[in-house]
Amino acid sequence: MAQAPADVTVAPTEMTGAQALITALECAGATDVFGLPGGAILPAYDPLMDSTTLRHILVRHEQGAGHAASGYAHATGRPGVCIATSGPGATNLVTPIADANIDSIPMVAITGQVGAALIGTDAFQEADIVGITQPITKHNELVTDPSQIARAVQEAFHIATTGRPGPVLVDIAKSALQATTTFSWPQDLELRGYAPDTSVDAQSIQDAARLMATARKPVLYVGGGVIRGRAWDALRTLVDLSGAPVVTTLMARGALPDSHPQHLGMPGMHGTVPAVTALQKADLLIALGTRFDDRVTGKLDSFAPHAQVIHVDIDPAEVGKNRTPDVPIVGDLNEVLAQLVPALKEEHRQHGKPDLEGWWKTLDGWRETYPRGYTPTEDGLSAPQHVIQRLGEIAGPEATFTAGVGQHQMWASQFISYERPKSWINSGGLGTMGYAVPAAMGAKVGEPDRTVWAIDGDGCFQMTNQELVTCAINDIPIKVAVINNSSLGMVRQWQTLFYNERYSNTDLHTGHGTARIPDFVTLAESMGCAGLRCESDGDVDATIEKAMEINDKPVVVDFTVSRDAMVWPMVAAGVSNDEVQYARGVAPQFDRED
Amino acid sequence: MSKHTLSVLVDNKPGVLARVAGLFSRRAFNIHSLAVGPTEHPDISRITVVVDVEDHPLEQVTKQLDKLVHVLTIVELERDRSVQRELLLLKVKAAAKERAEILQIVDLFRARVVDVAADSLVIEAVGTPEKLDALRAALEGHTITELVQSGTVAVGRGAASITLSTEGDD
Repeated sequence: MAQAPADVTVAPTEMTGAQALITALECAGATDVFGLPGGAILPAYDPLMDSTTLRHILVRHEQGAGHAASGYAHATGRPGVCIATSGPGATNLVTPIADANIDSIPMVAITGQVGAALIGTDAFQEADIVGITQPITKHNELVTDPSQIARAVQEAFHIATTGRPGPVLVDIAKSALQATTTFSWPQDLELRGYAPDTSVDAQSIQDAARLMATARKPVLYVGGGVIRGRAWDALRTLVDLSGAPVVTTLMARGALPDSHPQHLGMPGMHGTVPAVTALQKADLLIALGTRFDDRVTGKLDSFAPHAQVIHVDIDPAEVGKNRTPDVPIVGDLNEVLAQLVPALKEEHRQHGKPDLEGWWKTLDGWRETYPRGYTPTEDGLSAPQHVIQRLGEIAGPEATFTAGVGQHQMWASQFISYERPKSWINSGGLGTMGYAVPAAMGAKVGEPDRTVWAIDGDGCFQMTNQELVTCAINDIPIKVAVINNSSLGMVRQWQTLFYNERYSNTDLHTGHGTARIPDFVTLAESMGCAGLRCESDGDVDATIEKAMEINDKPVVVDFTVSRDAMVWPMVAAGVSNDEVQYARGVAPQFDRED
Repeated sequence: MSKHTLSVLVDNKPGVLARVAGLFSRRAFNIHSLAVGPTEHPDISRITVVVDVEDHPLEQVTKQLDKLVHVLTIVELERDRSVQRELLLLKVKAAAKERAEILQIVDLFRARVVDVAADSLVIEAVGTPEKLDALRAALEGHTITELVQSGTVAVGRGAASITLSTEGDD
């Protein structure tokens, strides 16, 4: 971890609160920050200019700073940092903060606040950002005393990165930034109310191992906690030892390589038929770092109806929140798995490995009958699934992929094979349109040597594309694939399925045969990027390869695709996962399997 | 639904009550009563909150509360193992002819008259919510012109101290 407060010592030094903030960020180990100055935070931007270790990237909108910090944290595992001024600057961070909170992303947001004497007077650019972000931060704090700046920053980094990670906001009054104080980096933490639970109950481990050793239809239900907790190696060991099938949720894609023979794919609303159905038919779920989200469970009371549940999570409030587990285990995944693996080995030694042959025969049958696939388009335009699949194959497993929210996101989660943890970055819980471009910017800053592709929709792209200016100016050559179906595609899909094909306000006029407003190619060029367009299946590979060769500036590829393509499989909202449809009107029949 | 009394020890810092109260409303839990005040430690405040929930959601709200950085300890005080009190102030019309009857009720409930005017009285009563309900019922035939009631405050019976054990966690 970057921040190790005890390792850093700074002799008490006289300085301004602004200097104290910058020095504290340096002491906390931050190297890259995304932000945009304004009146209240202005004092901090002066000493920032002199910092030799902090690289500040000037964004074009504060939301971009927040999502960039998130993409950075996703890609590197280090906390992302964003800075904004008071009032509208701070409120523009609200969406990325809420996004980071629900996806457990370590993030520190620094906001300027009006001077202490003006707080509460409806002063110019005053907003109660601590009050506003209370429900969407792991913690937040208003600092009006300059001597408290270092402590607040130290605590923010500690809280953001330990236990279940999350965003922490530090709001600093302008008067505190301007005042003089004596800076020293705290050597201890004063957080008596904050102690993430890391002790693991030995009896629970025994119970879990016994259940795993006796289950006939187990499934490892793997969530994003495996990635946040850096537990992918330990997971691999458990997977190989248990022989059980694995599903990885939207937040966990890449936690186990997709090529692993026990991997059934993603569960949930748009999960694979084998993954969705394996959970429904399982007699045991080993849920690791996952929160039984409604997009995974469908109708909760009919989710995995035959299964006992082992639930491992670092957040005690997640265990039993949606589904009461038979074996609850609160703890850090690496520590839990380090104990569970030998316990399971011992069970195997005493009682032999469980016979999963029948289970695998059933699972393999489903895999064969319901493989990943899509229906060819009927309008002569490219299939978006084909474009995304080829992107994944040509860019390869070492690339990082980000996505916005909607159809393109689901296809990117389905049709790219993820072989590496942290290679897939998206907005899962909040479902934030516009996430892809700024998150890709953050990921590229965090790992400049990697190819970073933002897979975006034409709707999402119009929300945050201005950060391509930031990328072009700051030498952050990301690549953007706009999967342009000229629509708010996922909404349109629901209108097709549930609103009698009445397409209310989902036509964006950006695609083939339309006015093309905006024209993504010239828009990209105007922002200092290369702009390419691909309009047919035959050109997909050549266009991707051309984009892969451009590394001196960001690239935007406008892939115009069919608007009628839909995301399948699908479980309609609010119904049981038993009613998964493989394609429109194609509902698998499983009853004979039992 | 059943009522549960939680004693929540928190850092005595600005905004902590808003964090706690906000969590209840955000997670759709119904607060029946709330009382906040100092403890014997100047840097610790005590929030007593009575919630109307089943056991399972109670566990969930306790876990969520525990995640707040400024929340130090949460203890559920069971009714028969704790002393629970509320304070009630009642302003009641009391013309000369009804005054004697009101004073008799006040006496029966071991309440007190704390303000006297020509045609009204202010009555102060301390007790369990049930006792205060009974007092109000007894005064039904009279005109109550103002009623104000505190949230429950509660403390466990016996020698054990939850604030002492919080100190011990440091």
